[in-house]
Amino acid sequence: MMTVPQTSASLRRPARIAINAGLVIFIALYAAIGFLQPNYLEPGLFMNFLRRAAPLVILACGQLYVILTGGFDLSMGAVATLVVLAASILINGDPDTTWAVIGALYVMGVSIGLVNGFVVAFLKVPSIITTLGTMLLVNGLALAWSGGAARGDLPDNFRNLGRLVWRDVSVIGTLPLAAVVLAGFVALAWFGLNGTVYGKRALAVGDNPRAAELAGTPVAATRILAFVVSAVSAVTAGILLGGFSGVSVNAGEGLELQAIAACVIGGAQLLGGRGSVWSAVFGALSLFALFTLLNLLGLPQALRDSIQGVILIAAVGASMWRTRRRN
Amino acid sequence: MTMRTLLATTVALTFAGQALAQDFNDPAEFKKQREQLSMTPQGPEGQPWAQHLGDGMVDTAKYKKDGQVTLCFSNAGVFNPWRVVGLNNLNAEAELHKDRLQQLIVVDAEGKDDKQISDIEALVSGGKCDALIVSPNTTAALTPAVEAACAKLPVIVFDRGVNTSCPVTYIHPVGGYGFGITSGEFIASKLKKGDNVLALRIMPGVDVLETRYSAAKNIFDEAGINVVGSEFTGSDRAKTKSVVEDYINRGEKIDAVWMDAGDTATAALEAFEDAGLPYPVISGEDQQDFLRKWQSEKLTAIGPSYPTYQWRTAVIAALDVLDGKQVPGPEWVLPQPAITEDVLAKYIDERMPPLHYSLCGCQELPGYPERWGGK
Repeated sequence: MMTVPQTSASLRRPARIAINAGLVIFIALYAAIGFLQPNYLEPGLFMNFLRRAAPLVILACGQLYVILTGGFDLSMGAVATLVVLAASILINGDPDTTWAVIGALYVMGVSIGLVNGFVVAFLKVPSIITTLGTMLLVNGLALAWSGGAARGDLPDNFRNLGRLVWRDVSVIGTLPLAAVVLAGFVALAWFGLNGTVYGKRALAVGDNPRAAELAGTPVAATRILAFVVSAVSAVTAGILLGGFSGVSVNAGEGLELQAIAACVIGGAQLLGGRGSVWSAVFGALSLFALFTLLNLLGLPQALRDSIQGVILIAAVGASMWRTRRRN
Repeated sequence: MTMRTLLATTVALTFAGQALAQDFNDPAEFKKQREQLSMTPQGPEGQPWAQHLGDGMVDTAKYKKDGQVTLCFSNAGVFNPWRVVGLNNLNAEAELHKDRLQQLIVVDAEGKDDKQISDIEALVSGGKCDALIVSPNTTAALTPAVEAACAKLPVIVFDRGVNTSCPVTYIHPVGGYGFGITSGEFIASKLKKGDNVLALRIMPGVDVLETRYSAAKNIFDEAGINVVGSEFTGSDRAKTKSVVEDYINRGEKIDAVWMDAGDTATAALEAFEDAGLPYPVISGEDQQDFLRKWQSEKLTAIGPSYPTYQWRTAVIAALDVLDGKQVPGPEWVLPQPAITEDVLAKYIDERMPPLHYSLCGCQELPGYPERWGGK
């Protein structure tokens, strides 16, 4: 433990730069939104923006844990979909079972995370392959279980997690419950990386697993825990998604790639070793602001997808270039 | 050379595109279905599944068969809630005729043309069937199989059609234009010239859906109503809600929402709730969740239908044919009612699941409501 203060001193600088990168992009994009549609600057619509961005931000925080340790988690979108379908089938409109089912969903998420982690840590299968496999497995299970169509029903107390908005709150006007969940999750994710020794271990494993192992870091445990956190974030995001819009068979489609993109836009380094919770948070907010901006421009869906692709490549390219120049 | 091929292809595709587009916007068919909507149906009062529009009848004396009979049904699949309700209707109707019906053999093609073709061949060559009911997966692909079956036994087709007149009768409700006319005219009557309507559609390229939209679009254009967008939702609640929310956040005033199918109508309405806006005028369908919301929130709404009771008609027609009775044909056009404010309460049944189609005509059938997933 004597070494901890030293590593943290050497890591502080890049982390601070990462904050700035994600934050600057976000502020620029949000300013553009405000320019096009001034009512987005009002607290009400900003809160609504946060509410809709919440699942992506939470996923990005979970994904960041895996990215820091040098991996990817492609299964989180599938887990989120499974959560929505499982919740609707298990609860089936009965509000009394909601909390028990949510508990079961977290148990399910943790087990998926453990499977991912064990396969990566002990069988040494690259994480991109492992989680691609779990993604297909989980998607297939969800499809088989639900019969490919939305079934069952979600009661209001479940829906509230993604839908409830308190109106007439002082200062901010409205406060969506999802924004509270978001703040809580980000705080926990931040604490996990900055308030415990885990953050340093994750960075060490991602930067150079061999060196970390020789230095006595529990590499396998660090990796497994990262996948568990990632799966837990996917369950949380799935609950919010289900709450927001109800039963849907493709609730989580494509979210895993958006979460990875968010981390990188925010300045986290692919294949590990650099990044902070703020990279994930502001990266995800930037990405969601981009989606909002393209929508406000009134572009047709197909063109929006293409522009998203171009901007993603540009953003990631720029962040890579920045990193290289700094080194 | 390549340039010329490219150019030729482009030109060909452009024309092909136009030809296709015209298929979905046929003024003659539009007019015909508009007339059918206002016709008084013939047949037993209060039993729309046994009624028909128009006068055509076909003679079936040559198919008469005494004693107990076996009916065979080749189903395209049960891939959506509409077909789930429909298949339950068909099975329940068959139960009503136990004395005459020895057996009902149902084969599920799981949404695959090739499986349905071999299903039909197997049923026909099996020799057990006295009559065959077909709900085709796609029109063109199933035509030869149906023609081959016609040569051996009486065939009844319903829902989607086939390109041959060999079946004894083809059962279907008024149709896609009718659906679009009912919903389009309702919305046009509630809006002013220059008001905005958002069109939400399931997917492109499906004729029964495209005709719904083209009919409604014609009516909106005529009434000077502005279609601010036409978006595909894939019948997904999450997609529907975010599409509507995107339009709301763009600052566009949406006076009405038109839908080509109602299964995500409640998701569209939620977007207005969450934004703190009043509900728009809306056209949905006959699903329970939409009807309940309509009643509890006192919406200005209409529920046009593509009634699932046609699945009952198929069994009735097949047995009539084997009795040698005259049946409406070569097309048996069923009435296509819409749920309106004044009859709304009658169609709401709290016991039924949210995506139950209320115009199932199944309330009196054996096993209601449990068979349809009700409590």
